[in-house]
Order: sequence, then structure tokens, then C-alpha cells
Amino acid sequence: MAPLLEVHNVHVYYGRIQALRGVSLEVHEGEIVALIGANGAGKTTLLRAISGLLYPREGDIRFQGRSIRGLFPEQIVALGISHVPERRQLFTTMSVLDNLILGAYYRYRQGEDRAAIRDDLEMVFSTFPILKERQQQRAGTLSGGQQQMLAIGRALMARPRLLLLDEPSLGLAPLLVRELFRVIAHLRDRGMTVLLVEQNARAALRVADRGYVLDTGSIALSGTAQSLADNAEVQRTYLGQLRQAM
Amino acid sequence: MSLESQLLQYLFAGLTLGSIYALIALGFVTIYNVTGIVNFAQGDFAMLGALITVTLYQRTGLFNRVITVDLQLPLPLAIVVAVILTTLIGVVLYVLAIRPARGASVISLIIITIGLSIALRGLGLIIWWTDPYPLPVFTPGPPIEIAGAVLTRQNVWVIGTMLAIVIGLYLFFEHTLLGKALRACAVNRDAARLMGIKADQMALFSFALGAAVSAIAGIVITPSTFMAYDSGTLLSLKGFVAAIMGGLTNAPLAVVGGLLLGLVEAFGAGLLSSAYKDAFAFLTMFVLLLVWASGLFGRRLVEA
Repeated sequence: MAPLLEVHNVHVYYGRIQALRGVSLEVHEGEIVALIGANGAGKTTLLRAISGLLYPREGDIRFQGRSIRGLFPEQIVALGISHVPERRQLFTTMSVLDNLILGAYYRYRQGEDRAAIRDDLEMVFSTFPILKERQQQRAGTLSGGQQQMLAIGRALMARPRLLLLDEPSLGLAPLLVRELFRVIAHLRDRGMTVLLVEQNARAALRVADRGYVLDTGSIALSGTAQSLADNAEVQRTYLGQLRQAM
Repeated sequence: MSLESQLLQYLFAGLTLGSIYALIALGFVTIYNVTGIVNFAQGDFAMLGALITVTLYQRTGLFNRVITVDLQLPLPLAIVVAVILTTLIGVVLYVLAIRPARGASVISLIIITIGLSIALRGLGLIIWWTDPYPLPVFTPGPPIEIAGAVLTRQNVWVIGTMLAIVIGLYLFFEHTLLGKALRACAVNRDAARLMGIKADQMALFSFALGAAVSAIAGIVITPSTFMAYDSGTLLSLKGFVAAIMGGLTNAPLAVVGGLLLGLVEAFGAGLLSSAYKDAFAFLTMFVLLLVWASGLFGRRLVEA
């Protein structure tokens, strides 16, 4: 089966500085793929290139067999890719409910049945009950964990086939991180495909099916999540804390 | 006239003037929020709205009397058409002058709007020459007398229009999908694009909205003050002063700023000297910029 997302030899520059040097990866339908790597390795850059916020100077990005390189983010979301950006990027001065409604913006604009959107809103509320309770509150007043839930809920309102998650565990307490990864696994069980960028490599590899290790702009390693977690190099570089903890 | 009724008179004058500044300021805030651009052509849209209305309503000689327009549309129709035309001009200017410079620094974009303002004024001069044009009051009749002070019917129109637009904009921004999308662009442009909101379309829409509101402001004030090709400049500057009182981002405070500015002018002119009417407005701005660099009520958010 052809992959849902295919990133082929992508090069991205910030001005004259090269951030990605020929990155290739694949994400198949129904998978959770973890992308791990140190700060500045280019993980966020890759997600921004996939969702159209950055333009790759070279290479191709194909989604469902169709090239999406050079499309605008507002077109790409309508094709079925939702990007939950780093540090949530909520509409902080607007209500929780408005954030969720805007998540379905392109669906409203395409004249999609309101009942279907309402159903998805109920689905988000049942996944994240706290959002239902706080729906009239300003997004900026939520706690970090709740904001992350809202950011994911907002992305789900676009009814994506592929979810790009950028550092969802950033700044969250350990208990919330566990809750978050439970939600991600739950989404996969319902058929969602997820490309997960994480610095918390241990937690990411535990939930993922496969993984890629990004190092200074190129893929250094790839394989099943288990094989990466067992890899001595990965353990030393990215799972160091595991050993310290043990 | 007793002192009390005189003060009341200044209050009425101040609220009327202030309503106009408030409307212009709302245009500034709307465009600034969505695009980050301070559009100094804001007041020139008021001039265009008013002078187009005049042209449609009464027999008017244009281009130094070379062309005479003799449509004599009924006033309400002339107003509607003028607002639509001014809005279209706003859109066209955005597409021709602002959009091609996308990605340029905000300062460059602001300078472009100053250029637009100068161009519109030049165009106004060529088309309408230097004559100040009047419009008839919307509803003729005796003024309303309150405690010895006089509130003309047109003043009621001006204040009422301002209130109606403020309420309309509030409902639009709070309760419609398009309004929410505009606000989302203002809060976080990249995130808005990830939701499928076409940021460029929203920017264009904000210019259209700003032009329309300014045009309406220019039209309602013309029966009391006349309008000439260069009246927009002062309106731009005063609307800008009002807008920075709200830190350029806060619409309700921009309205308060506009009203305050109108009151400062009216009381300054009445109690001190009418010769320095405009000076009071700019003195206010000067003090504000000096003391509260980020706006009277705004957060301390000064770009380095």
C-alpha cells in the first residue's frame, strides 16, 4: 500500500542557513510515527514544511499520492493534514469554543453539514471533558495541559487523516504527559494517523509504531519503535535519562 | 447662555467630533489587528466617501469643471453607492499597492500607506479641486434643546451612526465565523492559516471594512463641517491619535479614545481658544506618546 505521507529528499533553508538536508520519510495509514532528535535538529522545520508554512527548496512531499509541495497551509489542511504547532499557538484571547469552531473553519466554508461538525465537537468534548466544562473560558486562561488538549481538539475539528503533533508534552507535568500519550494512542485506535515530534523520546517511542531519528537536518536512524528504543546509540544520546533514572 | 448650558454645548460638540474620530480609529484598529499595518490613508477614505456622495447627489463639476456629473440620486442611494465605491477603492488599493509588498517590513508597508494617502489627496484635488463641498442634513428640522444647549439633528445622526457601527462591529467580530476568523488572524496568523483561514483574504477584508467605516464617517460629518480634498489628512491623524490611546489593538478603547479626543478639542476650543483646536489634539498625542509609549490603556508593548 502506498504511504499516506511521503517526504522525499526535502531540503529547507532559512535564508542561507540549511535546516533540512535531504530528509525522506514515510507515514502509513493508521500508524504513529515518532520523529525524535535534539533541539535544533530540524523536527519542527520538517512539520512546518509538511503543513505548508515553509517551502522546501528541493524535494517533494506527497500526501495520498499527490504532491503537496508548494501548496498553502490553508489548502493543505483541507486535504486532511492538521498541524498542532509547537507551544500550542492557540487563539488565546478567544474562548475555548471559538478555538474549536475555528478548527473546523474550512469545513464551514466548504458548506459542510453543520450537524457533522457538531458531532465532531461532541466527539472532542467526550475525549477532553475539561474542554466542555471550560468552553466559554478564554483559551489563554487554561492550564498548560488543558491548552495542549485544546490545541489537539482544535486540530481534530478539521477532521484530519493525518495529525502532526509538535512537542505535545513540552512543559507538561509527568502525570499529564502520561494522560496525553494515552490520548494519542486512543486516537490511533480510532484510525487516526499521527506524526509525532518529541524531545521526550522515551515516551514517544513507547506509543509509536515506528520512528525516525533526525540529527542536524538529516535522518540518522530509522526503524520500528522497539528497535530504536533498543539501539545503543539512541539509548546513549536520546534516552540517557532512562538509564540515570534506573 | 449660562455656564452650565455652555459646558453642555461643548459636550455635545465634543461627542459629535469624537464619534467621527472613534470611527476612523476603529478602521485603524481593525486593519492593524489583522495585518500589523497602520493605514494612514484611513482619513482619505472618509474624504472619498463624502465627495463621491456629493457627486452622486448633486450636480457637480469634476476635473476643473470639464466633466459635469448630473445624476442627482436620492441622498440615501447616493450614500450607499458611495460607501460601496469607496470600499472597492480600498480593496483595489490593497491589491495594487499593499499585497505586492507582502513580506516587506511593517515600516515599509506603513510608508506605502502614507504614499497612498498622498496619492488619494492628489487624486481628490484633480477631481474635485479645492472647493469644500457640503451635503444637506439628513433629516431637516429644529434642533433638540436640552438645558439651554442645542443638539442638532445631524449631531444625533453622527453619534447614532457611531453607536450603530460599534454595535454592528461587535456583533460581527463576536458572533460570526468570518469575524472570528479575522480575530484569529490578529491573534496568531500562522495558526489561523493552519485552520484553513486565508490570511491574505482576511487582510483584504480588513481593508474593505476599514474603508467602509471611514467612508460612512466622512459622509455623516459632511453636513456639519463640509469636506474638501485634503480634509482626510487631519482625520487620519486624529483617528490615529484616538487609536493609539487604545494601544492600536483594542477597539472599545479606541472608541473611548476618539470620544475623549473630541471632548478635549471641544472644551479646549470653547474654554481656551478655538484657534488652537487642532493643537489640543496633537498636544494630547504628544503627551500620550511621551508618557505612555504603548498607548493610554494599552499594555507596555513597544517594538524595539
